[in-house]
Amino acid sequence: MKPLALTAFTATSCLGRGLDATLTALAAGRTGLAPCAFETVRLDTWVGEVAGVDDERLPPELEEFECRNNRLARLSLRQDGFEAAVEAAAARLGGARIGVWLGTSTSGILETELAYRRRDAATGALPADFRYRGAHNTFSVAAFVRRALGLEGPAAVISSACSSSAKVFASARRAIEAGLVDAAVVGGVDTLCLTTLYGFHSLQLVARSACRPFDAERDGLSIGEAAAFALLERPPESLAADAVLLLGTGESSDAWHMSAPHPEGRGARAAMTQALAAARLAPGDIDYLNFHGTGTASNDAAEARAVAAVLGTRLPGSSTKGATGHTLGAAGGLEAVICALSLRHGLLPGGVNTRLVDPELEVSYLLESRRAPLKAAMSNSFGFGGSNCSLIFGRAG
Amino acid sequence: MSAALTAWVEGLGLLGPGLSDWPAAAEVLAGRAPYAPRATVIPPLNCLPPAERRRTGKVVRLALTAGLEAVSRAGASAATLAAVFSSSGGDGENCQEICQVLAGPERQISPTRFHNSVHNAASGYWGIATGASAASNALCAYDASFGAGLLEALVQLRVEETAVLLIAYDADYPEPMRSVRPIPQAFAVALLLTPAARRASLARLAVELSAAPAEELAEPQLEALRAEVPAARSLPLLSRIARREHGAVVIDYLETLRLRIEVSPCP
Repeated sequence: MKPLALTAFTATSCLGRGLDATLTALAAGRTGLAPCAFETVRLDTWVGEVAGVDDERLPPELEEFECRNNRLARLSLRQDGFEAAVEAAAARLGGARIGVWLGTSTSGILETELAYRRRDAATGALPADFRYRGAHNTFSVAAFVRRALGLEGPAAVISSACSSSAKVFASARRAIEAGLVDAAVVGGVDTLCLTTLYGFHSLQLVARSACRPFDAERDGLSIGEAAAFALLERPPESLAADAVLLLGTGESSDAWHMSAPHPEGRGARAAMTQALAAARLAPGDIDYLNFHGTGTASNDAAEARAVAAVLGTRLPGSSTKGATGHTLGAAGGLEAVICALSLRHGLLPGGVNTRLVDPELEVSYLLESRRAPLKAAMSNSFGFGGSNCSLIFGRAG
Repeated sequence: MSAALTAWVEGLGLLGPGLSDWPAAAEVLAGRAPYAPRATVIPPLNCLPPAERRRTGKVVRLALTAGLEAVSRAGASAATLAAVFSSSGGDGENCQEICQVLAGPERQISPTRFHNSVHNAASGYWGIATGASAASNALCAYDASFGAGLLEALVQLRVEETAVLLIAYDADYPEPMRSVRPIPQAFAVALLLTPAARRASLARLAVELSAAPAEELAEPQLEALRAEVPAARSLPLLSRIARREHGAVVIDYLETLRLRIEVSPCP
């Protein structure tokens, strides 16, 4: 594929608002996970909650989109000069030539969950202030971001569970290559809600304390929330040495099970192999792997097998979900931004919370953050329904 | 847009109110048979293992039925196809069940309900049913979901030079969600799109973004279906294919953007 430049990017998660806070926490090996005190949830688990999301209010002209998910989206859009970068691109290219592809798994469903508590006792009707289109519907976050940034190009939400906001990079790069648009705002936004907290609990996949991906004693995932965005464009004539490029994308389906990965990571292998082919890179060219690494017994085992088969057992890698939690539909976008930060700053983030790497998993798992120059990094995102996506990012110079 | 996005339609599948499959729908859309709407009948799915079959709701059956019909009419193999699923609301019945349980005192969601709640549930079951291991997408663009899915499929087809199966589907919510999102009937359409003409090709499509108003349907009840169900925004295009007429048709997409589609029937 033709490489694309990430001309702007930003992320907000439980590690903090924007790139500086994220980088500082990753370098220091700090986790943003804490015992769950979200809403009325009474589960013995830890979550990665973003502080102050509900203090954010949407401007009156965007009030129809009010919900926690869009508040977090707006909070994130306002960091790192992202809005200004999109505005400049729109002035250069025209707002109709910039598309919006965003990932989310649960959109603003928290609003629906709360509205169901306030149904009319006699009729069962939802409260009059419930907003289906602006809050509940899966498209809400893309409609909101498109409107907030004043863009007029094509738009869609990709909602393929935990691969959602990795797959947006693949869709957007194809749309640019096909000439449908000249640039794209991509990313992912997912926020805490009862459906995912109680849902993963029902599958017995939630860790009791902060998740420990790849640990011999790992006992499940910790749910987090995040909003991450990138502006993808054809690379300008001259690029700064620390500019970050999207080099390759790979997508596949397990065709196996709705909520369990293929035990040998069949689909994961296909996604990684395709991403390498698209980037015209050999396995040895990858310097860092951001594992999907949810911290559940079966996910980490399947991914380790797939990574060993495609990339070998010596590639340094880590899951940053010990720091951020599993941000579900935002995970692909958040971890793409983490890869971009790693490339820009020469940082291999260590896997937080993991103490003893499972000897059954044949991977070179980083327990401490390390400084080293990086040329290329891969990020894996795998979701329910067997949806897999691998992305490769590189440094311009 | 630098050039129109083109594709050939090799197979179609359709399921809707009073529309049992593509040939039946084509007769109605071409004006050769009267439209007699009645509740959408979604057949059982025999392509899934019994354990998986028990777990699927009507929305998954709706999407897979249309997809299987398109593949079968084209004489293609589902196992090798890339797929794009697009739906405005996904599985509303499942969502309703979860929200009701979460509003109660126990909050014990069934694990099956939870994994069926993902927007890509139909895509996941499609892989299990057909063995398709290629890329599969799951899109939502509210009322623009058909247009967004069509663009996604055409762009993928252009760049990857591969056939893509597009399945757009929507089903009605139960109350109380039905009152806030009144989709009256289940409707699904599937198009198997190929990058070059094949023996079974029905028509060539050339798609561009447009600001022109979307075409409406003359038959009032079909027009109501088009206006009320996002996946049925495809009907003017399908009508043109059914009539085997050359010419352009404009269909709905985003509020300020429509899709202009030049349809050329294959001889």
